Amino acid sequence: MRFASVAFMNPPASPPASVRPSRLRPVDLPITKIRLPVTATVSLAHRISGVLKVPCLPLLAYGLSDSLAGPERFAAWVSALQSWPGRAFLLVLTWALAHHTAAGIRHLLFDTGIGTRYSQARATAWVVHAVAAAAVVAVLLSMAMSHAGAGA
Amino acid sequence: MKASLSGLRAWALQRITALALLPLMAIFVGRLLLWPPATHAAWREWMQTPWVQAGVVLFFVASALHAWVGSRDVVIDYVKPLGLRIALLGVIVLTLTWTVVWAAMAVLR
Repeated sequence: MRFASVAFMNPPASPPASVRPSRLRPVDLPITKIRLPVTATVSLAHRISGVLKVPCLPLLAYGLSDSLAGPERFAAWVSALQSWPGRAFLLVLTWALAHHTAAGIRHLLFDTGIGTRYSQARATAWVVHAVAAAAVVAVLLSMAMSHAGAGA
Repeated sequence: MKASLSGLRAWALQRITALALLPLMAIFVGRLLLWPPATHAAWREWMQTPWVQAGVVLFFVASALHAWVGSRDVVIDYVKPLGLRIALLGVIVLTLTWTVVWAAMAVLR
């Protein structure tokens, strides 16, 4: 009952028999106060980047097949990828590919027993985030340069 | 397929396909970033080179298997109703299989 008083401002003296004991436990999930460790954000991002890339596979097969069909279709794909939505898509894909690959290599190293001390795991987790961010910045810069070149 | 691709086998398959995808991704992404094909003719010619054709087919097979293990884990973690779970897994298997066939037909014809 000590815990129940935390969850309920006015705890019932005796809960009805229909209320299961688990219902009396404090339900406290302060989403805005929870701070995930960097190892958890890498794990979460590994999942998100993987899920983002799955629908890209059929899209890639379509792009491959259609762009090979003829010069007009090839030109259509080139201009689609150079459009603003196309560039935004490529940037998200760049982040997903870079992050998933870097985090995947970190996992493969864990499998061989490398970097499994928590301090090392934390350090390499930051490296994974940094590699993904660097890849996005690099692609963004190359897009800006090619855009400036095309405009000149 | 489901029975044979679970537990330790799925784990091993995920690692093996990851190791295969590392050089394949590096070669294809690197080549497309550094020397993007300027014309349809150049693109077609590159895609008709035997080692590129083999690489593309290998890339799609490895990607589909890797995506299958990963998306199966995600579906099992988050989708609890059994009917919906089986339906989703079925859609994913069919889509990935069809993707591999489609990509192979595109480069091998």
